[in-house]
Amino acid sequence: MIALVINGEPRELPDGACAADGVRAGGVEGDARGVAVAVDGEVVPRGEWQTTSLAQGARVEVLQAVQGG
Amino acid sequence: MSGFEIAGRTFASRLIIGTGGFRSHEIVGEAVRASGADVATVAMRRVDPASRGSLLEVLSDAGCFLLPNTAGCFTARDAVTTARLAREALETEWVKLEVIGDDKTLLPDAAELLDAAATLVADGFTVLPYTNDDPVLAQRLESVGCAAVMPLGSPIGSGMGIRNPYNLSLIVANATVPVILDAGIGTASDAALAMEAGCAGVLLASAISRAEDPVAMATAMRKAVEAGYEARSAGRIPRRLYGQPSSPVDGVAELA
Repeated sequence: MIALVINGEPRELPDGACAADGVRAGGVEGDARGVAVAVDGEVVPRGEWQTTSLAQGARVEVLQAVQGG
Repeated sequence: MSGFEIAGRTFASRLIIGTGGFRSHEIVGEAVRASGADVATVAMRRVDPASRGSLLEVLSDAGCFLLPNTAGCFTARDAVTTARLAREALETEWVKLEVIGDDKTLLPDAAELLDAAATLVADGFTVLPYTNDDPVLAQRLESVGCAAVMPLGSPIGSGMGIRNPYNLSLIVANATVPVILDAGIGTASDAALAMEAGCAGVLLASAISRAEDPVAMATAMRKAVEAGYEARSAGRIPRRLYGQPSSPVDGVAELA
């Protein structure tokens, strides 16, 4: 298992977890339309979610559009 | 009311609605419809698994073009990353760029704002910056390639209206991109004044979302923006120190 932080919460994911796993662990179900993810402050394009692996200690931010502005 | 163009895209309504502060997604939808707005802003925040309903669905049903913002960012770096996250999430290169200096006044941080604007323009974004009512900064933002400039009338959510109409007039007079009054609107007359000052549009959120009856206020704002725009186009009379009779001065009967 790797320990990491998803949306500010300490979490554990299996070894070899990728950005897409981080998105699911962040509470997103289905096609994740309208969702974006940053790992350690860098945006991970949707096309790279499956191939971007999450390292021990990674900070994952899973964001969506909300009322604002 | 004729529409207007930002970065080659035409919008029928000159009112842009911010979706912050509404009690529910349903009221957002009703208010957007009543306002006639074509553009609605959204913020980017952490996914909340407990949240219910889809804001994007509501805005899509209302026919809105989405304008994500970078609200909550204090540095150029955070604002740029937030804009890029919004681009990924919403598949848009448009951004309302907001970089604030402190969380009490919510006034823009001019240096960080200009820095972020230049970076995002270079990255292919259509940048609409929320800026101070500073004519020089507005020019600088335009010169780095912003598609519009959006000066505040007064601080976000303050409802204090347009505190420096002279600066707003200077910004309008010197801009070659649309000027959109963003922030500070309290009621309909404030929106009308912004349009009479020559703004291309008005962006407001709290004035509608936190009104006692948001849907009724959305209707009032639609009318105010239309009225202000039409009055500006019609050409107002000059202000005079003394009166000028509107009835003929000749042909008055001698009755004494």
